[in-house]
Amino acid sequence: MQLFPEQASTFAWQVDALYGYLILVSLVFSVPIIVAIFYFSIKYREREKFAVPREIHGSMVLETLWSVIPFFVSMSVFITGAIVYFNQYTPPDDAMEIYVVGKQWMWKFQHQTGQREINDLHVPLGRNVKLVMTTEDVIHSLYVPAFRTKADAVPGRYTYVWFNATKPGKYHLFCTEYCGLNHSGMIGTVYVMEPGDFDNWLSGNAGGETPVQVGKDLFENKLGCASCHAGGPQQRGAKLEGLFNTEVHLVGGGKAIADEDYIRNSILNPASQVVEGYQPIMPTFKGQVTEEQLNGLVAYIKSLSPNAAAAPAAKKPDEKAPAEKKPEEKAPAANKAAK
Amino acid sequence: METVGAIETGSYGTAKLNYLNNGSTLKSWLLTKDHKRIAIMYLISVSVFFLMGGLYAATIRLELLTPASDLLETGTYNKVFTQHGILMVFFFLIPSIPAVLGNFLIPIMIGAKDLALPRINLLSLYIYWIGGAITLWALMQGGVDTGWTFYTPYSTTFSNTYVLAVGVGIFINGFSSILTGVNFLVTIHTMRAPGMTWFRLPLFVWSHYAVSLIFVLGTPVVAITLLLVAIERVAHVGIFDPALGGDPILFQHMFWFYSHPAVYIMVLPGMGIVSELIANFARKRVFGYEFVAFSSIGIAVFGFLVWGHHMFVSGQSMYASLVFSFLTMVVAIPSAIKMFNWTATLYQGSISYDTPMLYGLAFMGLFLIGGFTGLYLGALGLDVHLTDTYFVIGHFHYVMVGGQVIAYLGGLHYWWPKITGKMYSEFWGRVAAMLIFVGFNLTFFPQLILGYLGMPRRYAAYPPEMQVLNIFSSAGASVLGVGLTMPLFYFIHSLIKGKPAPANPWLLPGLEWRTSSPPPTENFDTPPVVTWEVYDFGDESGLDLEAAKREAAAVNA
Repeated sequence: MQLFPEQASTFAWQVDALYGYLILVSLVFSVPIIVAIFYFSIKYREREKFAVPREIHGSMVLETLWSVIPFFVSMSVFITGAIVYFNQYTPPDDAMEIYVVGKQWMWKFQHQTGQREINDLHVPLGRNVKLVMTTEDVIHSLYVPAFRTKADAVPGRYTYVWFNATKPGKYHLFCTEYCGLNHSGMIGTVYVMEPGDFDNWLSGNAGGETPVQVGKDLFENKLGCASCHAGGPQQRGAKLEGLFNTEVHLVGGGKAIADEDYIRNSILNPASQVVEGYQPIMPTFKGQVTEEQLNGLVAYIKSLSPNAAAAPAAKKPDEKAPAEKKPEEKAPAANKAAK
Repeated sequence: METVGAIETGSYGTAKLNYLNNGSTLKSWLLTKDHKRIAIMYLISVSVFFLMGGLYAATIRLELLTPASDLLETGTYNKVFTQHGILMVFFFLIPSIPAVLGNFLIPIMIGAKDLALPRINLLSLYIYWIGGAITLWALMQGGVDTGWTFYTPYSTTFSNTYVLAVGVGIFINGFSSILTGVNFLVTIHTMRAPGMTWFRLPLFVWSHYAVSLIFVLGTPVVAITLLLVAIERVAHVGIFDPALGGDPILFQHMFWFYSHPAVYIMVLPGMGIVSELIANFARKRVFGYEFVAFSSIGIAVFGFLVWGHHMFVSGQSMYASLVFSFLTMVVAIPSAIKMFNWTATLYQGSISYDTPMLYGLAFMGLFLIGGFTGLYLGALGLDVHLTDTYFVIGHFHYVMVGGQVIAYLGGLHYWWPKITGKMYSEFWGRVAAMLIFVGFNLTFFPQLILGYLGMPRRYAAYPPEMQVLNIFSSAGASVLGVGLTMPLFYFIHSLIKGKPAPANPWLLPGLEWRTSSPPPTENFDTPPVVTWEVYDFGDESGLDLEAAKREAAAVNA
């Protein structure tokens, strides 16, 4: 009988270690309490009906001890839990991005090279992979037990899961946010492949248009975005080159980071975030673009800012990875660069 | 103050006029203002809902015997677990202890004739019935499949089931809780007998005071949330659905702002009962009484600040998650304090193991697991792996069933002689308690392991390698089912053939044991004046210990 899922990501051991620590904490507190209950139950069982035992009101020392000690122990759980959480939810900058769209009841994946998959996800061993997720309908949640990570896919915004797989194999992929009739059928398989096999798989699965190509086509031809956003000072629309992950100043005095959610929102609700110096004249594209096409547009606009990932000034504060994890995460990236 | 005798042999229930035989027409029940009669009607109503919720649970465990979705279609399975959750949470777990035992006992425990607002009390029962009837009607029309959490936009835009009707039922039912909460608060503040100071209140009353605060402050929020769901469903006003310009995460914030404190609504009264059981069956004052009392208030207050721990993977800000995780760790401390104090109460006691005490001890064991698994889920990095898996199911059943239901059963056995004036079979009571304890652990412990393995909740079908643990769980559920059904039979048997209960079968000092069993309509023949400290088992309690000992010896001889 299997009791633990496989450990197949760089932070899986951290989650297991945290689990082990909590089991230890539970035992250290529970065993003495249970032993005391049994011991007292036997030693102080009723010997005479309606006896009057000595009255004890309490003890300030004991109350202090058993408030303060559990407090410090729970703080240790809090801190270690938070460290693991930040590792799980801080995608490295060099991660390979895969777009994910959930819909009742399937997972649709699209690689940067254009390959599309449904319910199956092929990823390379030892490389940082970041899933950029949204959904067409209700909330879903992408969960790979072997990687010890999950995150909800929420309609109307992007959420992220990242991992670095450490063991080739096939792993369960579940939807863990109840999404209706066929919720328990919204499952799939993650295939972790040796990098060479993965490259073969990619080249053997000619993928058609990449997200960037899809976006470029929409931008220049189908939606006609380029008629206002082609760049240049006389344009009615803001210049998009170099925009991604920079700070923009909004009409009304606000600021925003031009991340995926900002771009997405600017396409669907243009009037909600107008950049200073421009008029609120852009029409909404809500209802005219599918989630996949939106992903394409976002990917295209990101591709106009080739250095965005390296611009630390514009990084969001919650993307600070804990320092001690860095070398390990960077190692596979270095390999990749060496190739 | 009149000295209360030992075992009042002369005042066996049925001979005297009491609240049960004081009027036997249907009208005398349906229009009663007597908190005790209202409690009895609540008892029958919550039992019906518990039975229905239990049948749904049995269906779930039957379906999960095999990995495939073969007994039920997935759509039916989704309705079954949704309706199990809705009936159990809103119509059993939340009202059962306050509306049945709290209603019956709080006025008696503080030496009052009734609750402060008897008509409001009756009104709350009717509201509960109306809310329940609408919900049951919706279930019969075709039911609802959103999960008891009603997450948007599934519930507002996508589900084609009776979401609106069920929402209305729960909305109406909420007012029953609010009125009960207000009633308890007013009663505890204004109706205490002379000499019944705040620190002479039994801990059962303290815990109900804390619960009433949550009822009054929390329930309106869930009512408003469900109203907003209804508005979006009917009028397509964008509140939660992003396609209409709303925010689905907002719903989760509003829902859990009530529904997390609601967990404490369910378990705090149970903790109150356990304090009574441990103290009275060990014949000891609760160790650190003030700490146990204030820890209830602490749980009620901090319980309002931790709702975001349900949303660590929902896309809420990581810094918000940090704060919620920290506060979740803090709210664990008052529960730990209670646990330590109960254990210390046993020290140097004189412990007897009647059926209610078995439930009290079972609660301590199960709540240890329920509480600790809560810590696992509060730890951020671990929660990412565990949330929305069977680990969560296991955890909250350890709290809800291992905590609330076990405590409720313990309280029901403890006060059954007082409520009905009849003794139940002690033998069968102990057998049932054992079966429930064993069956419960066999059902829910495997679910904790399944959760770590990664089995998602609300799945009609699951991977085959998870079957063995599911078979254990279903086997345990059948033992648990037998154990839970047994009290129904021996309680009913006791009503017909049970021995009459003495006024004070265990010679305990609480005010409820100083009136006849069952009590008269006005609770006490003469209004009590309290001169003794709470949980005082000695001579100053006014109990005639010597007479009781002689009498016990005579019975044994």
